Amino acid sequence: MTSGDLQYRSEAGRMVAALTRVFGIHNLALAEDVVHDAFCRALETWKYHGVPENPRAWLMRVARNRALDVLRRERTARAFAPDLGRLLHTEWTVSGVVAELFDDTAIADDQLRMMFSCCHPKLPQATQAMLILQLLCGLGTREISAGFVSERGAVERRLSRAKRTLAQSGPMFDIADRDDFARRLPAVLDAIYLLFNEGYHGTSDRVVRSELCNEALRLARLLAEHPTGGSPETRAFCALVCLHAARIPGRLDGDGHLVSLREHDRTRWNGELVREGQRWLERSACGTNISRYHLEAAIAWHHAVAARFEDTDWAAIGGLYDALMRIAPSPVVALNRAIAVGQRDGPRAGIAAIEAIAGDERLQRYPFYHAALGEFYLDVCSGDRARRHFAGAVEFARTPQERDRLQCRLDACTPQPEASAS
Amino acid sequence: MSEYLFLYRGGKQPEDPAEGQKVMQNWVDWMKSLTSSGNLKDPGQPLEPAGKVVRNGKGTITDGPYAEAKDLVGGFTLVEAANLDEACRLASGCPIFDAGGTIEVRPILNMGM
Repeated sequence: MTSGDLQYRSEAGRMVAALTRVFGIHNLALAEDVVHDAFCRALETWKYHGVPENPRAWLMRVARNRALDVLRRERTARAFAPDLGRLLHTEWTVSGVVAELFDDTAIADDQLRMMFSCCHPKLPQATQAMLILQLLCGLGTREISAGFVSERGAVERRLSRAKRTLAQSGPMFDIADRDDFARRLPAVLDAIYLLFNEGYHGTSDRVVRSELCNEALRLARLLAEHPTGGSPETRAFCALVCLHAARIPGRLDGDGHLVSLREHDRTRWNGELVREGQRWLERSACGTNISRYHLEAAIAWHHAVAARFEDTDWAAIGGLYDALMRIAPSPVVALNRAIAVGQRDGPRAGIAAIEAIAGDERLQRYPFYHAALGEFYLDVCSGDRARRHFAGAVEFARTPQERDRLQCRLDACTPQPEASAS
Repeated sequence: MSEYLFLYRGGKQPEDPAEGQKVMQNWVDWMKSLTSSGNLKDPGQPLEPAGKVVRNGKGTITDGPYAEAKDLVGGFTLVEAANLDEACRLASGCPIFDAGGTIEVRPILNMGM
């Protein structure tokens, strides 16, 4: 289908998930063929008769009928979902079982099962995220390669290898298996987060990026709302994605340039998503375990509810970063903690806090490490040092937008002829 | 364990799609229960009500079988059970009785070879 049919993409994901449940993961390619076929039929039929009143239900019904055709035609030649065994091989039960499997609740289970199957431990993380995009979100290889800024042929090869791995990996992920669920959950959350980040920070075109963010949000909700998937951690994760997504409209100025959090037009933030994020955060506050997502969501919430940058509760955010450093330390968390310290205790304290972590090699190549130092030096009127750090930030910028934005900061602290006297 | 053939006979057709759906669901539940108890050897298939009867090897073929509806074989299933009593007990859970049909339970003959 064409880009005009963006709205039916998630339907493709639901269909692949349901059909894979019926045919078995070893027949993943067959499931994809049937979905492709259903979309081709839709295109042909709708061209002549117009789009039906409920196109999603129409597509699902075509997929269900095609599934029955395939089961009937190939029942002597193929094995289908092993756990359904012969119930799909006999007319006594085949249509009844297929009807059960195409029920809405069953399809939500199927999507969750597919999500966890995609995060097979044998697959690298980026591949897991790409598989989720293709199988659950219905994105094409062109968009996936644009989303991940890699060459299309390479993405196609990578996906077909990954699907072979899945097809040979035995039965599908069993959502009732709590241990395996807990084992794979971090990978699933990482993959969804990666989708979101590619959408948020990626260099691909704006349409693809907002699609990636929307899909990440949809999958996070699917997981958090599911009877098995819903846990304090997945609800906190969903809160985090909502609260980040809420701020997307403020990230760019009218000309499409990145702006810093300080300069966001906060009136453009999505209040609906802030409230949804807050509800998820409230619902995540149970149990005894505080996950990194609880802390990250709480930090995002503090940012989201500050009416102005100056109203930000840096003391609370600093405390949350301290806790985050204890359970999920990383150079970027350390940097963000140091920035919060600087906002709370003043620029000199910020500079000291950043210098305390300067030994990390990865941070030295991270543009916002240099940018943060630049800002604090600017605050203490150390123009030379600020310039040096902004120049470093520009050097390590990862995307043209980052480079533009950091160059602006560098220009802002480079003395103009009339200002040089000061 | 021995094998038993269930021959389903008779039983009226559902009157409307809603009833048809209910009947289908009952059969799914029943087959699932036979599967999970380990008694289902082969679910078999339902049969069309009419076909042909081949009378001999010389090409005498007639339409048929045209038995009375209540005697017509409507399908078959192969189960495994410890004995004929258990097989009959299993058969008694079948939804065909809701539609007024019967099940003939026949042990598969062991030729002892």
